[in-house]
Amino acid sequence: MTNRLLNWCFKKSIWVYHANAGSCNGCDIEILDVLTPYYDCERFGIKLVHTPRHADALLVTGPVTRQVRERLLRLYEAVPDPKLVIAVGTCASGGGIWFDSYATCGGLDKVLPVNIYIPGCPPRPEAILYGVAEALGLVPAQVEAQTYVEA
Amino acid sequence: MEWTQLLTGVFYTIVFPGFLFASTVGLFLTWVDRKVTAIVQSRVGPPWFQPYADIGKLLAKKMFIPRGSQAIGFLAAPLLAVAGSTLATAIILLALLHPGSDFVGDLIVLLYLMVLPSIALVIGGASSRSPFGAIGAGRELSMILSYELAFLLSIFTVLIKVHSVRLSDIVAYQGAHGAILGSVSGFIAFVVAMYSLIAKLGYLPFDIAEADTELIGGPLAEYSGSGLALFKLSRAMMFFCLPVLMVILFLGATTPTALSIAGFLLKLLAVLVIIIVVKITHARLKLDQALRLFWGYLLLVAIAGVVLALVGW
Repeated sequence: MTNRLLNWCFKKSIWVYHANAGSCNGCDIEILDVLTPYYDCERFGIKLVHTPRHADALLVTGPVTRQVRERLLRLYEAVPDPKLVIAVGTCASGGGIWFDSYATCGGLDKVLPVNIYIPGCPPRPEAILYGVAEALGLVPAQVEAQTYVEA
Repeated sequence: MEWTQLLTGVFYTIVFPGFLFASTVGLFLTWVDRKVTAIVQSRVGPPWFQPYADIGKLLAKKMFIPRGSQAIGFLAAPLLAVAGSTLATAIILLALLHPGSDFVGDLIVLLYLMVLPSIALVIGGASSRSPFGAIGAGRELSMILSYELAFLLSIFTVLIKVHSVRLSDIVAYQGAHGAILGSVSGFIAFVVAMYSLIAKLGYLPFDIAEADTELIGGPLAEYSGSGLALFKLSRAMMFFCLPVLMVILFLGATTPTALSIAGFLLKLLAVLVIIIVVKITHARLKLDQALRLFWGYLLLVAIAGVVLALVGW
């Protein structure tokens, strides 16, 4: 009972911390768009916070350059449990065109356990909102996870 | 007899006018604040349960004690904040609900209790071993020094008019002579007290100590989980009890009739709307600008109010 109540609270109140891990700023501008009155993410209880100690979710953009990897790990440890990690944009989802570059780790899932991927270059603000809502279980997923085995 | 007194005391503090009631109403008022802000910015705004969900989520989260921090001060500060605001709310509401059950000098006790949340912010920020916390604690101390004098002088004006330091005497005086706001010195004191009230609550334009954009929350920067939740609860309770105190001190008496209670709620709403509108329409002042405001113009105005009250205006 208490658990269900607290789970509900977590779904209704998600405070995000926005981290740029070597992104070109395209995704970051789209994230800022989500916070404008037009999209009004406060109606879902989503709020941007300025310190990882207050955060519930990390919005990470960019392919994770080698320079930022250590900082990203420290940032992840600074967020109190339970926490979500959301990869925003093609670069964070799989490295983008830098997937095999010597200078990047080639995607966020090489560094942190990612809960949800929001692809797009950059993803539309609606897509970011939809992705966060899907991560919280507020809306049903449109695409199911698929695995392919080579014959 | 002693036991029943003890039990009613505990009940008053924890359940009815105290912690549970005050935090529930306070969180609701925080929602009103957020909703009005959203409407002014032509947004939809959060649903009514948003502040409760926030607190529930924070209570369920893990709390970090930063490495190298003064753990005792860091852990005691949120409790101190909640204790101060709970007791302040209990005293104010008891004076309103049971006139005569309060004691002589409760206004003075109240003045000390209402500083506790700010002091707790200073302790918490200073013991968190974060540069943001340290700067925020220093700024909070400067802010306490700046607004307390103006606040005390405006309350002093009320005391001079009423000749008593007891909340129910102030209510009774206003029942007999009309609202203190109606006199010249009372109006001046009300304006000065509203300035200090906003600074006490740490709202724009006086949220200098927290300054989300430059100090990422100041003293609260290192708090997570239940510590942050307690600070938020304390702030919500202060957002409830300080406007109620303003209504009691300046805006006339309340008697237990339906009309008078409706009037009380309207007055409370008016004070809240002033706070919220000022919050939405103003940008943050710098620390030196706030100090100059409180120790300069407002201090002169407040002293003028005291002199006028002594003359009898």
